[in-house]
Amino acid sequence: MALVINEEQQMLKSSTKEFLDLKSPLSLVREMRDNNYNQFSSELWTEMVEMGWTALTIPEKYNGLNFGYVGLGQVLEEMGRKLTVSPIISTVLTSTSLISLSKNEVLKNMLFQEIMNGNKLCTLAHEEGSHHSPNIEISIVSKKDDVLVLNGKKRFVIDGSISDYFIVSANHESEKNVDLILVDSKSEGISFNNKVHMDSRIYSDISFDNVKIEKDNFLSSNGDGFEILEKTLDIARIGLAAEMLGNVQQAFEMTMQYLKEREQFGVKIGSFQSLQHRSALMFGEIELCKSIVLKALQAIDSDDEKLPELASLAKAKLGQVSKLVTNEAVQMHGGIGVTDDADIGFFLKRTRVTQRTFGDSNFHLDRVAKINKY
Amino acid sequence: METQVKVDLTNFRLETRKWLEENCPISMREPITDAKQLYWGGSKGKFSSEDQEIWFERMLQKKWIVPYWEEKYGGGGLNPEQNNILNQEMSRLGCRKPHINFGISMLGPALLKFASDEQKLHYLNQICKGEVRWVQGYSEPNAGSDLANLQTKADDNGDHFLVTGSKVWTSYGDKGDYIFCLVRTDTSSKHTGISFLLIDMNSEGVTTRPIKLISGKSPFTETFFDSVKVPKKNLVGTLNDGWTIAKYLLTHERQMIGGIGETDKKKSLSEIAIDVLGKNEGILSDTSIRSKISNLEMNEKIFDLTIQRALDEHKAGNNSGAASSFFKYYGTELSIQKEELRLEVNGFNSTEWTSEESRNGLEARYFCRSKGHSIEGGTHEVQLNIIAKRILGLPTK
Repeated sequence: MALVINEEQQMLKSSTKEFLDLKSPLSLVREMRDNNYNQFSSELWTEMVEMGWTALTIPEKYNGLNFGYVGLGQVLEEMGRKLTVSPIISTVLTSTSLISLSKNEVLKNMLFQEIMNGNKLCTLAHEEGSHHSPNIEISIVSKKDDVLVLNGKKRFVIDGSISDYFIVSANHESEKNVDLILVDSKSEGISFNNKVHMDSRIYSDISFDNVKIEKDNFLSSNGDGFEILEKTLDIARIGLAAEMLGNVQQAFEMTMQYLKEREQFGVKIGSFQSLQHRSALMFGEIELCKSIVLKALQAIDSDDEKLPELASLAKAKLGQVSKLVTNEAVQMHGGIGVTDDADIGFFLKRTRVTQRTFGDSNFHLDRVAKINKY
Repeated sequence: METQVKVDLTNFRLETRKWLEENCPISMREPITDAKQLYWGGSKGKFSSEDQEIWFERMLQKKWIVPYWEEKYGGGGLNPEQNNILNQEMSRLGCRKPHINFGISMLGPALLKFASDEQKLHYLNQICKGEVRWVQGYSEPNAGSDLANLQTKADDNGDHFLVTGSKVWTSYGDKGDYIFCLVRTDTSSKHTGISFLLIDMNSEGVTTRPIKLISGKSPFTETFFDSVKVPKKNLVGTLNDGWTIAKYLLTHERQMIGGIGETDKKKSLSEIAIDVLGKNEGILSDTSIRSKISNLEMNEKIFDLTIQRALDEHKAGNNSGAASSFFKYYGTELSIQKEELRLEVNGFNSTEWTSEESRNGLEARYFCRSKGHSIEGGTHEVQLNIIAKRILGLPTK
């Protein structure tokens, strides 16, 4: 497949940009933060739903748009430029992907409908430690007096404080399988510890204490839980890399603009060779990022067998480059760069969180080495 | 209509595959391990084996020395799709290129764009037969990164120019038949006083002297011109407009150098590392080297994708943004990092310089040679300057 986006995808990208320019300027992020870390603008979400963003990756069979992940990637990239706060990562990128892979048709029909309508928000509750891992150590599904119950602790649940449903990964006590279970966030036995992180977004630590679960609410079946989870994580890694690509492009462009305006010693600081060379290096790194993100997005749509490696390459590279670019962006802005008045700091703080989400560069470089057997 | 094109291309692929299988000698399908295994042609060119000669002659007969040039210039007249297929089929079998010449990779594109019809017919046909080995005369002792500062002058002397001066870093200058040169034809202006001249190296007054590198090898020479007579018809393009051609040609050179370092290595660095360092619990025992290899291989893969994306964007009529300066910078940077890492992986063995086991210090010499990659064809720093100014539009003052 040619490494270019087609006309339809380009149109989606342009319309997304137009929409976000109007409805989600950078000032909105600041406003939401200053409004007691507000995580959700229902007005914005309703419009996103009307634009069809929640239906983008849902198959036609379920009345979705079946537009594909290259398309969703364009939306995420543009949102990355604006640091838009919305449940897209949790509900659409992660949950919808996982649900698509499930064989539970009843749940699929129900959830797709509710997600497309924008009525319900959904998130994956998976992490258990301080670092990302696909493995589950704590959470467990067991039988108690003929009833299935879930026990465990999940960390760093994206949009955990606003979601209606959790998709919880847990080990099955007797069957040694990974189960993926849909749990209503208001179920008895659930307790929250909502934590604001550096990017002004709330991630929840959630405890499940003998939470009753129904047999019908399993999204995994016949031992396919881990496989579904792994593929979902790969898709999420790539989608997040697309957002990060938007983050770094915006931070870079804002910085280039600043270098062309700011004067010191009677000249524009952009004329200094030390800054020019570092800028040129960043330009090159961002070009590399564009290539791997597009390739990885295409790999989801074409069901490429190299998806795991491409996902890790994308997340590893974007992790490194987002660190480089946001650090340089703040440094090149000088004193103003470390003030809260300047917007550039928001990019630094957002990428410090996204770098870790779904695995940092160390995790993914290790995984690439394992995939290549060394 | 479309299906017919597809059928034709499929037939072309099958015919090409069959022809290559029947005509490419087995030894010409082995990866290159020594520069001698490349045939550079020209009057001083020698075949290093019988198979190399057979392979060259057969490709010559087929007009596939430069398969994508028009037939009137001696090329094979293949369209881009066919040429792509030929390349794919050649790499599928591992076929070596039958002939390497700066005339093909660098001068040719410039002639196609800027030369007169007469010049094109004459020189391109020669190139397609491998008769003339071309070398490049750009840099001078005081015109390296600041190339436009060149001083080798070509004075108008009636029906010919009289050329006096010297060039440095002429790749394989001692083996060349003809040199394409940038010369000064007007001293009153820097960039618009330069012309592009083709000079016969057998002319009276042309001498070369090899430059020995830290690798112990001498792939470059100095080239001296002492009142050399050059016919006026050897001027390419307009007088004093050679800088335009030079810039065009440099983009081809950058792309070529950017591709250095992908040849010959049969085993990946991780495979070598496993052989040398062993595994521990299923992973490479030296975890620090392991993450360095993983990081390098990540960048290599993503760089390859970026080259592909640039080509695809070009085909789709978009400007990809990534310029040849970036490809030159990053491609050479990766090859330099790889040679450095190869030394880390191979330990004591890597610095052996003359032993039999090291094949006369192959790795150590590759490493030393790689240090030139960030200098030749425009230094790293010059490439970054170009990106900063031309692409990012950063101010000069």
